[in-house]
Amino acid sequence: MTTTSPLTHSEPTYVPLAARASMWHDFATIAHRAIRGVFREPEFFIPALITPVFFFVVNVGALQDFAQGSGTVQDFKAFQLPVAIIFAVTGVSRASALVTDIQSGYFDRLLLTPIRRPMLLLGLMAADFVSVILLTIPVLLLGLVLGVSFETGLIGMLVFLLYGALWGLAFAGFPYAIALKTGNPGAVNASFILFFPFAFLTTTFLPKEALTGWLSTVATYNPVTYVLSGLRSLVSDGWKADLLLQGLAASLGLMVISFGLASLAMRGRTDRG
Amino acid sequence: MITVMPSAIEANALKRTFGTNDAVAGIDLDVQYGEIYGFLGPNGAGKSTTVKMLCTLLGITAGRASVAGFDVATQPGDIRLRIGVALQDYSIDGKQTGREMLHLQGRLYGLSKADIVTRMDDVIGLVDIGTAIDDRVDSYSGGMKRRLDLAMSLIHRPQILFLDEPTTGLDPASRSAVWAEVRRLNDDYGTTIFLTTQYLEEADELADRVGIISDGLIKAEGTPSDLKRSIGTDLIVAEVDGDTATAAEALRAIDGIDEVQIHNNELALATPNGAGLIAQVAVALNGCGVPVRSLTLRTPTLDDVFLQVTGTHLAGDGPKDATTTESEPEQEVAS
Repeated sequence: MTTTSPLTHSEPTYVPLAARASMWHDFATIAHRAIRGVFREPEFFIPALITPVFFFVVNVGALQDFAQGSGTVQDFKAFQLPVAIIFAVTGVSRASALVTDIQSGYFDRLLLTPIRRPMLLLGLMAADFVSVILLTIPVLLLGLVLGVSFETGLIGMLVFLLYGALWGLAFAGFPYAIALKTGNPGAVNASFILFFPFAFLTTTFLPKEALTGWLSTVATYNPVTYVLSGLRSLVSDGWKADLLLQGLAASLGLMVISFGLASLAMRGRTDRG
Repeated sequence: MITVMPSAIEANALKRTFGTNDAVAGIDLDVQYGEIYGFLGPNGAGKSTTVKMLCTLLGITAGRASVAGFDVATQPGDIRLRIGVALQDYSIDGKQTGREMLHLQGRLYGLSKADIVTRMDDVIGLVDIGTAIDDRVDSYSGGMKRRLDLAMSLIHRPQILFLDEPTTGLDPASRSAVWAEVRRLNDDYGTTIFLTTQYLEEADELADRVGIISDGLIKAEGTPSDLKRSIGTDLIVAEVDGDTATAAEALRAIDGIDEVQIHNNELALATPNGAGLIAQVAVALNGCGVPVRSLTLRTPTLDDVFLQVTGTHLAGDGPKDATTTESEPEQEVAS
């Protein structure tokens, strides 16, 4: 089929060839580009993969005998695998690519099109989902190779991946908010610093019962504590609905906050004020 | 009954303020369908801010504007379906190939698969980079990126095209190619084109009408020939060392000189008979003891108009000097 647009564009005969597409079309268009961008930046994956693998190997090597010998943890590898997953997915986002778009002017070009504004963010989340899944699979495989087994079986492993991915997506709202607010790559890179309190002021090395003082208090309010509990339950305890729901609520709660901030930043950037 | 055709672009007292700075200080525009309107001014004059307001990227502080009959403040979605925009800095994703960028652009505008294929065939000719269309944009030269950017802005066959300094930074051959495409779009499809430029020759070459903007205000507007005619038929320009006021006084005494303007060490004399008076001008300058560096007879240029309405020359006119005249355009287009 060929276009039926008139040859001349002079008013009033002009009929726009462009049209407002469906919401799904808008989402798929942005997501497709973003996912393609993920696969064209393999250099992005290497450091993102090294960090969790490094911590997993070092933590297990250094603390396994102590933790298991003291009776604090029964299987320290199983205890650490969720930590490696959290390390793999926290902070993974297309925020740097978004900043590049803002700086190059491509973001303005997107704003000039009839595409729905929220899809500019949701489409990037699709790429983030692909990224975190790609990062968690090798970590999971490493855990299996080192002898970690899942009480919840294959389905549990799948839920484990999705559960970790949900946390990754929830956290991604922060770098997006910073990217949209500042348009500055340095600020986006600096957002990685948020990773540390979330990832370390929690049950990273010891279970909640073994934490004392201020660290125990902070861990109580750190959503990662509940995400780790949920992940660990899938590995070691079987299907524990209460733990899974608590972790799910923690991820969703953080997602509401982080993407609320990102949405506000998006509105600030696109309100044409 | 009289039918009033709406304008393609209309603005009334359009204003945009950043802090205490009036980037656009209240301009009126009336661009007709099928017209190429040249918006001429130096960097910081308010050209890009005006374009961004008209193409819905930037809100307006005061006044109103409509594009394709739709209000920029309240109907931005309708405008976006009808306009194409190539902003000053070409906005392309370097990680994608040229073909992918064009396809993506078609999808962003909601074109059907068939229309995307048809339109890509149409605009790939404009990009004119052969098999490099399948290479990543990162590997393109500046000219290739600019042409791709222009092609992307045309993928949905817009009714009105905004080109914000489309040839800045281009080599002469690429500049000529862009000019040819702008003319073709206007001639073949009747596309209304709003072109901002700081290049005098570009405005002169392409625009049906020119608006000269400086300090956020339109200082003069008209066809290039009308604007130049407003200066005079001929222009004698004397570059002198010494007292320009004394020289100007001597020159004003010559019969046939309509106007004498002083700009730094330069005297611009408007006259309907330059050839007949240039000898008298030389004698008069010699008589008042002012050393003459150069004496030139030429027809007025848009730069002369710019100089008259703003008091300064338009800087940054591509590879040639800002004061270069119409008598030597080949300096600007030669490769």
